[in-house]
Amino acid sequence: MSLIETLRDENQSGPAFIRHIGAGNIILAVLLILYPAVASDFFLTQIGGYTLIFGMIALSLMLLAGYGGMVSLAQITVVGVAGYSVAIFGENSSDVMGFGWPWWIYVPVAVLFAATASALIGLIAVRTEGIYTIMITLAVATAAFYFAQQNYTLFNGFPGYAGLRAPEVFGVNWRDPLPFYYLCLGTASLCYAAVLYGAQSTFGLTLQATRDNQRRMRAIGYNTTAHKVFAWFLSGAIAGLAGVLLVWFQGRISPGTIGVGAAVNVLIIAVIGGLRHPIGPFLGAILVVMMQTFAIDIVGAERFNTLIGLVFLGVVLLSPDGMLGLWEKAKPYLKQNSLRPDP
Amino acid sequence: MRITKRNLLALTLSTALTLPGIALAQDGAIKIGLLATFEGAFTVLGEDGERGAMTAVNEFGGEVAGHEIEIIRGSSDASPDSAVRAARKLVEQDGVKVLVGPLSGDEGIAVKDYAKTQPDVTFINGSSAAQDTTFRDPADNFFRFSTDGAQWMAGLGTYVYNEKGYQSVATVAEDYSFPYTQVFGFMAEFCNAGGTVPSKSWVPIGNKDYSSVIAAIPDDVDAIYVALGGADAVNFLSQYQQAGGEAPLIGGSITVDQTVLTSEGRLRDILIGTPAAGPTADTNDSEAWLSFVEEYKKTDGAFPSPSLFAHGYYIGMKAALLALEETGGDLSDPTAYREALANLEFETPTGKVSLDENRNAIADIYLTEVVEGPDGNLVNKLIQTTPQVNQTLGIDKEEFRALGAVSRENPSCP
Repeated sequence: MSLIETLRDENQSGPAFIRHIGAGNIILAVLLILYPAVASDFFLTQIGGYTLIFGMIALSLMLLAGYGGMVSLAQITVVGVAGYSVAIFGENSSDVMGFGWPWWIYVPVAVLFAATASALIGLIAVRTEGIYTIMITLAVATAAFYFAQQNYTLFNGFPGYAGLRAPEVFGVNWRDPLPFYYLCLGTASLCYAAVLYGAQSTFGLTLQATRDNQRRMRAIGYNTTAHKVFAWFLSGAIAGLAGVLLVWFQGRISPGTIGVGAAVNVLIIAVIGGLRHPIGPFLGAILVVMMQTFAIDIVGAERFNTLIGLVFLGVVLLSPDGMLGLWEKAKPYLKQNSLRPDP
Repeated sequence: MRITKRNLLALTLSTALTLPGIALAQDGAIKIGLLATFEGAFTVLGEDGERGAMTAVNEFGGEVAGHEIEIIRGSSDASPDSAVRAARKLVEQDGVKVLVGPLSGDEGIAVKDYAKTQPDVTFINGSSAAQDTTFRDPADNFFRFSTDGAQWMAGLGTYVYNEKGYQSVATVAEDYSFPYTQVFGFMAEFCNAGGTVPSKSWVPIGNKDYSSVIAAIPDDVDAIYVALGGADAVNFLSQYQQAGGEAPLIGGSITVDQTVLTSEGRLRDILIGTPAAGPTADTNDSEAWLSFVEEYKKTDGAFPSPSLFAHGYYIGMKAALLALEETGGDLSDPTAYREALANLEFETPTGKVSLDENRNAIADIYLTEVVEGPDGNLVNKLIQTTPQVNQTLGIDKEEFRALGAVSRENPSCP
């Protein structure tokens, strides 16, 4: 069973540079860079930034699920590790912890912690397969949530940490709408490119081969466990970066951020978007963030979650591969269009 | 190009998503944000809060000083993060200049912090009742007309010590800022009267199994003070009864409300006679209260008696509208509007309300006891009214501040 198609189109043309990056990616990048020209501050951060952050979190899941065949519900826990690290090592206004380290120390530390935590979760999870991986990561996520909620010395319990601020570097306050959007865009692009590149590297191909037939890979001498755990480590680094951005965005972190609802949310984003290509999680994040923000305006306060659920159901019903699948279905249809007689 | 049914459906879905971006604003309408918990564990409470707010809007006929009132709703799930996110959407996208909410303790503290970054917007509390929303490090543009959880306990500690004769009490409460505030309010009076609290148990919201908590309650306490809400209260009380516990109970403000009192089973035997205190009382027979209940009951899905969430949102929304009336529906100058709010003094269904210099309410608090009503239902009978309780519970402000911020450990009198 292969979830991922080979990514190269046969009929590519144009200069080598464009062929290498892909015309679609370049158009996308230009559009995203120009987006602030038309967007209000709200659409820049609350929609744009938030979408990119959750896209990154779902991307970390896509990496595991799409290339590694391991569906994890603990990605939000990894995000939480990074987020709480920022609160504990950086500055906060909750009078608990808050070592006040500068950002260029606490950010790498937070990401490293997140990646390590992810690798540890992976170490446990790779012993299982399929639905059991989902179960064990769900258990980890739930345990982490309750621990953070009830531990006051390290996690400050239910209220969590407030007063977390993005740093001012080069005279720019990175939480201002425009810089923050570009910060998110830059980080997300980096992760996106890294995943695209990684998927075609030796490691990526080995991982995909392991997903398709682990026994055969082991038989020809690959240490499949090590490859899988390293995939968890990489995915943890992406989720960790997203976690740092998320707490800068919210200015606070509490157990509600890493609850079971949030964990399922990440899975929904990835599935809605599609697990076949790294762009899927970002597409899914756009849909989910837009729905969660605006559904209440369409149907009112009592039934808006029903509408959200119905739309998600609709997407999955129309296309089991999520929004990416819709495009895949439309593509051959559009190509044949020229062959059809005009009505 | 031919269009299949399936493509059409996909198109409809994607259009539906972009539609809300085109927000429709009526000319001259005043937009007021309403932030409550419409999802998660406190959904029922949030919906009742909305009913309270709408009762106030209906009272004004849906308009103030000739301007129509447009209510825009925002939903949180009782976590501080979601409350701030919903508030941001209302303020930054919908452009409301007045926001009424939120519902729960830590949400209030988070929204207060957010309020500091939005000096043009005026925030009026819904029913959140943590002390530090207004007491420590307050925001100039955050107003609370609904009193805090410590104020709600006024009279209770003294009453159970003097009248009930309880010398030592164990507490069981949820583990966040609102129950801390409630326990603080109870203990401030109880310990002052001479009582002791040898054991305090803090449980997470939504806890199902209380066996370890029940085992940890000392045998020799005279009573148990319970500050749990909704399903948590029902779970604890029934498990306590099944475990053979016989100590009498003392209730927090949301422990023995109608959601708990209407639950079936033998629970009612141990509930009868439970004293509690709060901003409302079921058997309040003042005319203002009765007419409020009548108006409240006209809203969809109303309870037989408004909960304190409906009450809190009603007062907050009414204050917002009264101040708007004073400025002639003009919100262009936030300072003038806030001045009107700060100087507001009005009669509510539960007596006179005014604000102190921290923009926190001074209001009447009711001491109640659970009794069996004439039709067999359990109701909270009004025992006494503590008039005009302020945030420092009558203690000198500096002295009160020296007691420290409420927390798991503070106060303590073992």
